[in-house]
Amino acid sequence: MAMTLNDDQNMLRESARDFMASEAPVTHFRKFRDMGCKDGFSHGLWKQFAEMGFTGILIPEAEGGMGMGQIEAGIVLEEIGRNLSPSPFLTTSVAAVEALKLADKAMRDRWFPGILAGETVIGIAIEEGVKHRPEKIACVAERSGNGFKLTGHKQFVVQGTSSDMLIVAARTAGAVGETDGLTLFAVDKDAAGLSMEAARLVDSAMAAHVKLEGVQVNADAVIGDVDGGWAVLSKMLDAGRVGAAAEMVGVGTGAMDMTFDYLKTRKQFDRVIGEFQALQHRAAHLYGEMEGARSIVLKAQSLMDEGHAKAELYVAAAKAKAGLACNLAVREGVQMHGGIGMTDEYDIGLYMKRDRGLNEFFGDAYYHADRVATMNGY
Amino acid sequence: MSELETFRAEARAWLEENCPAEMRTPAKGDEDVCWGGRNFVFQSDAQKLWLERCVAKGYTVPDWPKAYGGAGLSPQETKVLRQEMAKLGCRSPLNSFGIWMLGPALLKFGTEEQKVHYMGQIARGEIRWCQGYSEPGSGSDLVSMQTFGEDKGDHWVVNGQKIWTSYADKADWIFCLVRTDKTNKYQGISFLLFDMQTPGVTTKPIKLISGNSPFCETFFDNVVVPKHQIVGELNRGWDVAKYLLGHEREMISGMGGDGGVTSIGAAMKAVLSEEPVLRAQMALFDVENLTFRAHGERFMDEWKTGKAHPAYSNLMKYVGTELNKKRNELVMSIGGTQALEWESERSNGGSKARNWLRTKANSIEGGTSEVMLNVVSKRILEMPGA
Repeated sequence: MAMTLNDDQNMLRESARDFMASEAPVTHFRKFRDMGCKDGFSHGLWKQFAEMGFTGILIPEAEGGMGMGQIEAGIVLEEIGRNLSPSPFLTTSVAAVEALKLADKAMRDRWFPGILAGETVIGIAIEEGVKHRPEKIACVAERSGNGFKLTGHKQFVVQGTSSDMLIVAARTAGAVGETDGLTLFAVDKDAAGLSMEAARLVDSAMAAHVKLEGVQVNADAVIGDVDGGWAVLSKMLDAGRVGAAAEMVGVGTGAMDMTFDYLKTRKQFDRVIGEFQALQHRAAHLYGEMEGARSIVLKAQSLMDEGHAKAELYVAAAKAKAGLACNLAVREGVQMHGGIGMTDEYDIGLYMKRDRGLNEFFGDAYYHADRVATMNGY
Repeated sequence: MSELETFRAEARAWLEENCPAEMRTPAKGDEDVCWGGRNFVFQSDAQKLWLERCVAKGYTVPDWPKAYGGAGLSPQETKVLRQEMAKLGCRSPLNSFGIWMLGPALLKFGTEEQKVHYMGQIARGEIRWCQGYSEPGSGSDLVSMQTFGEDKGDHWVVNGQKIWTSYADKADWIFCLVRTDKTNKYQGISFLLFDMQTPGVTTKPIKLISGNSPFCETFFDNVVVPKHQIVGELNRGWDVAKYLLGHEREMISGMGGDGGVTSIGAAMKAVLSEEPVLRAQMALFDVENLTFRAHGERFMDEWKTGKAHPAYSNLMKYVGTELNKKRNELVMSIGGTQALEWESERSNGGSKARNWLRTKANSIEGGTSEVMLNVVSKRILEMPGA
């Protein structure tokens, strides 16, 4: 595949760009932040996403979606990132949909219509510690009656308390640290024994700590195979990772563009500060880093869409690189803005906060660089 | 099967049939690479055969028109051919500044006669070219160059000195920037071609910190150059040079990493497993290497379809050369004391240390990293100021 967007993809980019800029710009984010919204996003906007067709972008056409791939989902995510548009898109329409695509028909029929309509939100309940360690999942699912009984805790469940259903990874066999023996479950938010505590994060997103105290689910709540959940989990995580990387390309590019504009207007010592070579070289270096990130993300997306054997390696590299580049963009952004970069009134600081959240989502740059090393044989 | 996939199958079959087994192993060093030219001594029959077969097929310059010695392949076909060559581990049949630099300039600025004559010679590996740009007082500020060609009616008489002329002592001809008007800085330079055997041309190799001498000082003492050996218009050589520098930066930008995405870490596992900090550095390098490969692929796809910014190769040159320096620093750190050996058989004549030192020039030659950042900042980012 050529590493350029085709005409259809360029059209999607234009419509996503126009939509986010007019319906969900940074002022939209600020409004929901400042009202202390318990969800951290607008349900009205989520409905509008559905009207645009975005919520079902990865759902097969035969099931009412757009049947597109990671490149297209990434196009939407980049615009979300650029505008800091708060929505359940990454968790629900990207990660959860990729997992549900591997579920049986009954479960897909249960959840896809709500996602397509912009009514359903799904939380991803994977993390149990402060860092991403999916193979260390200790939450237990014991066989019980017609199904399983889940016991354990989860954290960093983004939009957990706003979710209608949680995808919970639990251990049905094997020891902590093994990838075999995991199983994924679709758990209703109202299930007995399930409790959540919402926490507001640095970027104003809401994430939940979840307690599972003997939550009973039926056998039909299993997504994929019992004990073989790693395959579904890997697919869901990789979609989430490459999606987060695409969103970081948007966050980083948004921060970078804002900063370059500032360099061209801010005057000190009787000249525009963008005339100073010390800043020009840093700006050019940053541009190169963001261009690299954009490239590896596109490569990873296209390999995922092809089902290429190397996709996993490139997704890890893409999440790592996008994380490093976006982080540089927001740090340089605040520094080059000077004093006003530290104020809440200016947007650049909001980008810095968002970068932090996305970097941590499904594994940070160091975690993924380590995976690249392991996959490369050392 | 699409046309491109049919081509892929044909190309693969041709390569399997025609590329000798010895030419499917990596070159052992610079002396093991085929550069062609009048004085070139083939290192093996296989090397000679591989060149001859590629010349006959037009595969030394696959994307050049057939009339000028190429195979007339489309950009997509050329990419496929290179992919298939990489898969089989085929060596490049011919390395040449003629292919990478002069050829593209001739294609854009040369006369039909020049294209047929010079490009044909390049494609067949008959003439080895060198580039005369930099002068002792004109490095990053290239346009201040002083080498002068005095108009003598049907010819110029050239006097002056060039420096950092790659392989001038091995080259047959030179493409050279010569001042033909002292009153106009930018529009007073012409792009001349001449034989290095012309009376008055002398070369002197420069020994570098690597102990090798890939560059020369080149002196011109009343060198006669006929008027028809000019490329482009009189006094408009800077346009040709700028165009060509773009190609040079594109070429050098391809040097980051190992020409592919294969990690060097796996072979170094024993060392890396005992040094977690070094392993972490290697891991981060691999992320950058994979990124650069994807970046290069995207750049080439955009370049070929006219979507890339005209100054973008400056960015690739900066990123690629800095990456290559980083890679060689890691190779030295992983190699430890053995990588310090300078002459031993064990160290292949100090190849790691010499390569490491050689790469330090990557971010100087063809425009320094600092000049590249200036260009990116001004032309792509449109930052203000002179």
